[in-house]
Amino acid sequence: MAEPQRARPKPTPETQHFWDGTKAGELRLQRCDACAHVYFPPRPFCPSCASRKVSVFKASGKGFLYSYVINHRPAAPGFTPPYAIAVVELDEGPRMMSNIIDCPQTPEALALDMKLEVAFQELDDKITLPVFRPAKG
Amino acid sequence: MRKNQVAVVGAAETTELGVIPTMSQLQLHADAALNAIADAGLKLSDIDGFATAVETPQQVCHYLGIKPTWVDGTSVGGCSFMLHVRHAAAAIEAGLCKTVLITHAESGKSMIGKLPRSTPADSLNGQFEAPYGVYGPPSMFPIPVLRFMKTYGITHEQLASVAVVQREWAAKNPRAMMKDPITVADVLNSRMIAYPFRLLQCCLVTDGGGALILTSADRAKDFPRKPVYIMGTGESVETPMVSQMETFNSSRAFKTAGPLAFKEAGIAHKDVDHLMIYDAFAHLPLFGLGDLGFMPYEETGQFIADGNTRPGGKLPLNTNGGGLSYMHSGMYGMYALQESVRQMRGIAPAQVPNAKISVCHGVGGMFAASGTIVFTNER
Repeated sequence: MAEPQRARPKPTPETQHFWDGTKAGELRLQRCDACAHVYFPPRPFCPSCASRKVSVFKASGKGFLYSYVINHRPAAPGFTPPYAIAVVELDEGPRMMSNIIDCPQTPEALALDMKLEVAFQELDDKITLPVFRPAKG
Repeated sequence: MRKNQVAVVGAAETTELGVIPTMSQLQLHADAALNAIADAGLKLSDIDGFATAVETPQQVCHYLGIKPTWVDGTSVGGCSFMLHVRHAAAAIEAGLCKTVLITHAESGKSMIGKLPRSTPADSLNGQFEAPYGVYGPPSMFPIPVLRFMKTYGITHEQLASVAVVQREWAAKNPRAMMKDPITVADVLNSRMIAYPFRLLQCCLVTDGGGALILTSADRAKDFPRKPVYIMGTGESVETPMVSQMETFNSSRAFKTAGPLAFKEAGIAHKDVDHLMIYDAFAHLPLFGLGDLGFMPYEETGQFIADGNTRPGGKLPLNTNGGGLSYMHSGMYGMYALQESVRQMRGIAPAQVPNAKISVCHGVGGMFAASGTIVFTNER
């Protein structure tokens, strides 16, 4: 039997551009053309002003560590504990859940407010997941 | 809604609490319902309004043989029953029904006839949270707490003291699952579950249920038990994704539901004799004390560590032992409501002397929803 795999996202019509972006090595957000609000997760209208005129743009991929847990048990399929489940605040404003790579999964190494940058983890030929690593420099 | 127009006239939990391998989840609903019906001195045929969560109203009504003219299947997690109380009070006032039964039951431990929970891969949670290794409430609910601690200077020891104090209450309650005294050191040395939370800061997993019966305050005086009046109510939802909360420094749903209930009741914080704050995890009472406006967030941890919420303290909190020590079947809100009703009837195992106003505050999902009920035993 195959090893249990980590949960695979399945895109919808509203989120396809996001997953196309990660596959192309871009973190894509949306901005309202009417009120300039930047938001996540994806949807074809502005959750702040309800305008349907919104644009997709490539985000900087930079942000900081907003909060996290280090999960010990029970571990999700495809994960080896302990592993951090983090929430990253992007420079553009929205927050997203992620994992922190290239960093010990310890409270000492995972300092709140540390600067992070996006990296891309290919799960299969359809899905590439955005994750974050400590920013260089 | 006008205050004190509707009252709880029946309240009961399942005959057993804890590990109940002899009953399915559906039968636990019936067991709690029959106990509440008996408590109110009613017959099943007297019930014309019905509310429940997770299980559908049609499922439980058919099983019990109830023929309702008003139903509510609001299912927003563990505080669904606070919302049911609010909706039922409005429905009774509006004349849609006269006598409402609200049931909760969960075979949370034995998993007999329990409905499966799943996160579809194409849901927003499935796309933007599940791939990062969230797996059950312990991996999600505590995600805000490190930010909350940093913002307000809350310490690990203060968060551990929540579990210690609630165990003191549980020790006074024969039906509590966990009664042995614990120390802050015990909490901080217990098994790591999801840093910063350890085993004793996470809720129990048990089987059980509870049921409430509500009717108009005018009818309530003819029932065998002392009526417990619905003085104020509030509800709200925020987001099913913990990562998408507006801030981790507070809960928007708490900050909406709580003040609504206080305003409707027309009470100030100093009027509160007894308080329940749904404690699936140890940080929830701190969020609750701050979001409901009892004190600045910075003071919440020290307030509990100093013993203000323990037996004999000035603000008795989670007096059944809470989800951490009393029981937690998965949706604990019903048990918090039951304890508020017992306190208002004056029959709680750890009774707060002369308590006249009880605030019962619930959470659903991972800060996804909230409901607050203010009870009183004086009309």
